[in-house]
Amino acid sequence: MRYDNYATTATTNSLVLRFVKDQFDDYRESTIGAAFLTQTICLDDATTVKFEIWDTAGQERYKARSLAPMYYRNANCAVVVYDITQSSSLDKAKSWVKELQRQADPNIVIALAGNKSDLSARRVVETEEAQAYADEAGLLFFETSAKTATNVNELFTSIAKKMPLDMLANPRPRGTGLNARGVDLNRDTKETGCAC
Amino acid sequence: MDEQYDVVVMGTGLTECILSGLLSIEGKKVLHMDRNDYYGGESASLNLTQLFKKFRDGEAPTAALGKDRDYNVDLIPKFMMANGELVKILTHTDVTRYLEFKQIAGSYVIRDGTVAKVPATEMEAVRSPLMGLFEKRRAKKFFEFVQNYKAEDPSTHQGMDINITPMDSVYKFFGLEAGTIDFIGHALALHLEDSYINRPAKETFDRITLYMSSMARWGKSPYLYPLYGLGELPQGFARLSAIYGGTYMLDKKVDEIVYENGKVVGVRSGDEVAKCSQVICDPSYAPEKVHKTDRVIRAICLLRGPIPNTDGVDSFQLIIPQNQVKRKNDIYIAGVSASHNVCEKNHYLAIVSTVVETANPQEEIQPGLALLGPIVDKFVQVVDICEPIEDGKKDQVFISKSYDATSHFETVCDDVKDLYKRITGNDLVLKQRQTQEEEQKEMADH
Repeated sequence: MRYDNYATTATTNSLVLRFVKDQFDDYRESTIGAAFLTQTICLDDATTVKFEIWDTAGQERYKARSLAPMYYRNANCAVVVYDITQSSSLDKAKSWVKELQRQADPNIVIALAGNKSDLSARRVVETEEAQAYADEAGLLFFETSAKTATNVNELFTSIAKKMPLDMLANPRPRGTGLNARGVDLNRDTKETGCAC
Repeated sequence: MDEQYDVVVMGTGLTECILSGLLSIEGKKVLHMDRNDYYGGESASLNLTQLFKKFRDGEAPTAALGKDRDYNVDLIPKFMMANGELVKILTHTDVTRYLEFKQIAGSYVIRDGTVAKVPATEMEAVRSPLMGLFEKRRAKKFFEFVQNYKAEDPSTHQGMDINITPMDSVYKFFGLEAGTIDFIGHALALHLEDSYINRPAKETFDRITLYMSSMARWGKSPYLYPLYGLGELPQGFARLSAIYGGTYMLDKKVDEIVYENGKVVGVRSGDEVAKCSQVICDPSYAPEKVHKTDRVIRAICLLRGPIPNTDGVDSFQLIIPQNQVKRKNDIYIAGVSASHNVCEKNHYLAIVSTVVETANPQEEIQPGLALLGPIVDKFVQVVDICEPIEDGKKDQVFISKSYDATSHFETVCDDVKDLYKRITGNDLVLKQRQTQEEEQKEMADH
């Protein structure tokens, strides 16, 4: 059996790059041109989950609303990332979660990731504080490091486990790039004569 | 915001978003702002909260309408021609990967007070009540002439040069009846009024050819429509721009375009200034630099069922040619429904629109409203259609045109190309962007 899980939205590129390519680049602020990445993980012998990840390309940087609804409209899950060395980033993450809970599919699985856990000396957001908020808001929670890969696979694996199976069994075609339900504009059609 | 950009774009309408995307791909540093907290400007699709705020500020949507997020209500009634320019831009930039499209199920036209389907197949054409048997033969000859006409081959010209011969003479040559001429000019060539009759026939030939080739591409109708509403189009191009480094600021007030020696040097918001050497914006951001060409009335109507006499289709275009209602301009109705993810289940949205001719525009759209059946709710807007006074080359402020009364995006694409040329000095040549598979493979290889 194979389940496909589509359209995760992740708010930082570094976590996605670590997850998909197992690499980290300090200086690479964003992957220009790369909008859409896929990675498959095996939960057990019977279940494979294929993540299709939309990177937000920083569109949310100025305000949460600047991220177009098309990003999370059909997302099955979302990873909202803050930086444990910046307290304001958790507040931003909270406003994000609120926006997702208001506008996205009611069944969306939201994970909160406190990134840069390798920089513990500069930590300003305590684990307990974020955990308490995540519990209250019903979110998965991990502290991660895209740099050292700590908890990155764990994060995505636990998302995969939390996805409702019926949702996975009926994947949404949006984001498959195949326009499964609609018209494929890239299809070559032979033009026929005039109909009238 | 206090940074140096190549281009500041104001307004996230489709025209601005396409240009923002194209310029970002070329490596320009773009700041894209909008005073609204949603994408799309005048070409947005609004949820219920946004819709009520725009039309009835202070009033809350009734609970009976359903959930906010189920609504994506278009402000402008336009569809994509399946073989038109917008589809070319979408496929070349691969913005199609973010979107899903559905066909519009049927195209209809009013003839002698009744609704008739615009034939989509030869079989439908044979059965169509739009023309009598002999007229069908004459029309067939006319369409064959249009289809076979080749500029370089005089043997296909039957003595006419469509660059000179007015359309009226072509109609007369084939002996077509007034009703047929109305049908061809308005339901196929999609002219809004009759001035085309005296212009060279080429314009109308091109329009008929576009309609036919669009129809031939998918059948049913020549139109496509993005799921979740037209507002997905600007969002898709904004995403393209962001992926290539464009910066986005929504809900951002714009106070002033700053000039030095007659040239734009920046855009001010509060006490921040984004420096730039070029500005692109929609008419609402530079009201003193545009003039009004027309006024258009648009009535967004929420319905609980398909409209009468359209075979119960989930989407349609219905044209009331001007002659049928003694007007100068056609009345258009564009209809979509829950199957396009634009409103709640079992609901339909129809926009009735026309170019305003009198002091009482509400009265002018009555013939259209009368065709809809029961209307649950109605949101009416009369908008000015504006265009820039100057071409922008002097002060480097490039202003787009308002979305006009045509039923498709061809004029929007003309404006995009024209603006692109004025902004960059070059013709727009669309290069095929890598597909998602190629992109990921390239990343994996590195």
